[in-house]
Amino acid sequence: MTKVSSTSGLAGEAPVFFLTETDEDHGHHETGTNLGFWIYLMSDCLIFASLFAVHAVVGRNYAGGPAPVDLFDLNIILLSTTALLISSITYGFSVIAMQSGKQQGTLGWLAATGVFGLIFLGLSLYEFYHLIHIGATPQVSAFLSSFFALVGTHALHVAFGIVWLVVLLVQIKQRGLIEANQRRVLCLSMFWHFLDLVWIVVFSFVYLIGVL
Amino acid sequence: MGAKLPDAATAHSGAQHHSGEAHGTVGGYITGFILSAILTVIPFWLVMSGALADTALTALAVAALGALQIVVHMVYFLQMNGRSEAGWTLSAFIFTVIIIAIAVVGSVWVMHHLDVNMMPMTHEDARTLP
Amino acid sequence: MALDSNLQQLLFGRLTLEALPLHEPIVVVTFVGVALGGIAVLGALTYFRLWGYLWHEWFTSVDHKKIGIMYIVLGIVMFLRGLADAIMLRLQQAIASGGSEGYLNAHHYDQIFTAHGVIMIFFVAMPLVTGLMNYVMPLQIGARDVAFPFLNNLSFWLTTSGAVLVMISLFVGEFAQTGWLAYPPLSGIDNSPWVGVDYYLWSLQIAGVGTTLSGINLIVTIVKMRCPGMHYMRMPIFTWTSLCTNILIVATFPILTAVLALLTLDRYVGTHFFTNDGGGNPMMYVNLIWIWGHPEVYILVLPAFGIFSEVVATLSGKRLFGYTSMVYATACITILSYIVWLHHFFTMGAGATVNTFFGITTMIISIPTGAKIFNWLFTMYKGRIRFEVPMYWSIGFMLTFVVGGMTGVLLAVPPADFVLHNSLFLVAHFHNTIIGGVVFGLFAGLVYWFPKMFGFRADPFVGKIAFWCWQIGFWVAFMPVYILGLMGVTRRLSQFDDTSLQPLFITAAVGAGLIGIGTLALVGQFAVGFLRRKDPAYADTTGDPWNGRTLEWATSSPPPAYNFAFTPVAHDIDAWWDMKKRGYSRPLTGFVPVHMPHNTGMGVVLAGLATVLGFALIWHIWWLVVVAFVTLIGTAIAHTFNYNRDYYIPAAEVAAIEDNRTRLLAGKVTS
Repeated sequence: MTKVSSTSGLAGEAPVFFLTETDEDHGHHETGTNLGFWIYLMSDCLIFASLFAVHAVVGRNYAGGPAPVDLFDLNIILLSTTALLISSITYGFSVIAMQSGKQQGTLGWLAATGVFGLIFLGLSLYEFYHLIHIGATPQVSAFLSSFFALVGTHALHVAFGIVWLVVLLVQIKQRGLIEANQRRVLCLSMFWHFLDLVWIVVFSFVYLIGVL
Repeated sequence: MGAKLPDAATAHSGAQHHSGEAHGTVGGYITGFILSAILTVIPFWLVMSGALADTALTALAVAALGALQIVVHMVYFLQMNGRSEAGWTLSAFIFTVIIIAIAVVGSVWVMHHLDVNMMPMTHEDARTLP
Repeated sequence: MALDSNLQQLLFGRLTLEALPLHEPIVVVTFVGVALGGIAVLGALTYFRLWGYLWHEWFTSVDHKKIGIMYIVLGIVMFLRGLADAIMLRLQQAIASGGSEGYLNAHHYDQIFTAHGVIMIFFVAMPLVTGLMNYVMPLQIGARDVAFPFLNNLSFWLTTSGAVLVMISLFVGEFAQTGWLAYPPLSGIDNSPWVGVDYYLWSLQIAGVGTTLSGINLIVTIVKMRCPGMHYMRMPIFTWTSLCTNILIVATFPILTAVLALLTLDRYVGTHFFTNDGGGNPMMYVNLIWIWGHPEVYILVLPAFGIFSEVVATLSGKRLFGYTSMVYATACITILSYIVWLHHFFTMGAGATVNTFFGITTMIISIPTGAKIFNWLFTMYKGRIRFEVPMYWSIGFMLTFVVGGMTGVLLAVPPADFVLHNSLFLVAHFHNTIIGGVVFGLFAGLVYWFPKMFGFRADPFVGKIAFWCWQIGFWVAFMPVYILGLMGVTRRLSQFDDTSLQPLFITAAVGAGLIGIGTLALVGQFAVGFLRRKDPAYADTTGDPWNGRTLEWATSSPPPAYNFAFTPVAHDIDAWWDMKKRGYSRPLTGFVPVHMPHNTGMGVVLAGLATVLGFALIWHIWWLVVVAFVTLIGTAIAHTFNYNRDYYIPAAEVAAIEDNRTRLLAGKVTS
């Protein structure tokens, strides 16, 4: 993409101080996207870390209210965990389809990911609805505040991911697997796998260790 | 001429470097999925069946399996390795883990000492504070 | 009647006519002044038909140089507000002695000290630091723009959006009365029921998003867009400190976002994170906010260290002493800044074990900082020092900052801190480091890079007046505050019964006045420079007015939109110095079209919507919250459907610009 040519002194003697560029040199604005998005994810990680730190500190302050063992139905959590895990692998297949240039496959697997994401989100909302229904609202105790904030933030991320996914489906339909869209699929891929990764910490520390 | 350009390749815009970018394979994803499924089921089973009598031991096992599952996801789903983005992906991740460890462990440590020093009550009292 | 009030609440939330502080004569007078000034400015812009120019050339610009200058303008405008607050505080404390209540009531006074702190840190120091990094860093690494030019524009407008909300709070409602970090339970809904803390929360959240995005942007720029040959150990020190600062931004601002979000939930939803009841823990807020807060100090001061490194090396005519140690010291500070946060609350009662650990880490962090001071001193040693204005600020910094650093080490000793915590000694200490370190650094940088930005120098005589007023004003203002602190006077008090304290407070007020004059001179040096810009002593036709060492001086002043027609190649730490020494020749032919991003108004639109959203949230105008939020998301999504984001500057245009520069250079031969 860049061709080094002598711009000073005799060829082969003086050092090169400037590069002359050819017309094909585009796209160096784009190559930072993956790294930039990764760094964004790392910073998002720290938001979750702060919420986990709060949960670690106040997560056992029940203020006379219910404790995890009274509230959590691990069967539902296992179900939603499964849904999210399956959505991770369907996303993986979508990326593979994209890399071999199959637009229909990409769209299909993306849509499947969205469906499993919706299942996860539905189960989360059902759990929230159930808890609020039985009176275990965020206002009851520091434990419940921090539980709702942590799991709610994760659910918000999933919801945002689904909106993004739908937008991306439309964009791929409109313009095909052009470079910009491929880049977006890869960014959402990182985002999606990252959410699955955060969920591992959530179910391990909030639910499983919580009910012990 | 080119010899006069030390490190040009590493420093200039990374267009040449698509090495290490996410290029998963079906096999890789399936392996990751199976490992991850196993690492999910075991902790759920441990807790739901109460297989280990000692809760502290169970908690430790759940935490360890969780950590292991994170590594599985990093390797098989996020395709993390030391080469992507000239190592920046991995170093950014390690840096973040260090900061998270400092923030979480530090907070718990500091707040524990605050509780011990400033809240002269039993743990049971603390749980049922108004 | 009841229906009316319900309707009003539905339409305007908590916003009523009583929210306008008409009962505060000072605020009303300020408002009249601001309104008249504002109308004058808007009228002038309309009269001179500048709106189109501003919109097309500046507001929608994605050029890192213009965005950098806009950040700096924002910082300077907000600085005038913050300084006015400071002078009001000093005046109040000088007057309110021996039973006098002064001229500010407690409600107003508390808002002023809170606004002063918030504005100075978030809307003065941060924009100035980000502005200089934005302007200078891409030039130093030989890049044509930042990695994500649109994001850069959006970040700027989000920061502005936060500043706008803070300014609105002056005239609509109130600002927080909690101190700049808004500790609960004081900032909780029970003790601060009205809108002050909400203004604080939402303005910081919106500006914080902008800061984080800009941090990501600048990191990727440094990692990905360095010119050939510039490996990490050849980056200019200012670029190094920018890298570390942005890493700190990305790795700490999310913590601030999270902790402020939790306080917001406490206030809006009634959760129990930081409340006294329901199992909440207010100390956790203090703990978390300082995990952000201490690195924030280094976010501000590291770029200042970078500026001093550039200024001292250039104006001593020598390579920076100990480049490698400077890089490692910066990296050490970056890591260490994460493990000292508890020294802000030694007295909270974590006990001897914890306090000892954090006391020791705090003392350790002064070691790399001290190493840097020695590096600058050794750079000057046997150098050919030119006493230009940036050098004045640098030497002033070294003297002032060392004292601030030493009082910091004193405060790092937990038993001493138990005596001095929350006293005016602490106030004097952090002003000593922030004015002596950050502010002097930013001023040095502004004067140093001013010719690069505009093509003419600031006036050195007026600049020296600014320096001396600030330097003397600082000592006159803050030495009495140190003494008062040692005498046991605590911070944030609006009146003092003990009349023996008054002389010291009056002295401090005189110092504040000197700083005020210095600030006028500071702005004046740029104005005088502008008036004399055609004078050959002021005009910079070479692009290299200081005989510089790094690549930003290799292009014209001001640089063309594309920065470098041909990407430079670095062979040395001081790449430009090396080029000059080895007789580089500027290529005069073979120009090719340059690939550039399009301008876009989307940043202004999104940030405008964010301001509306913030305002609606502050005043509980729920319908507007929904409308603004949905529009914000919708607009952002619509923006992603725009794939046509770049264009080429034709080769002929590049050639014309470069030929013009060739003619300029011909008039004056460079070394």
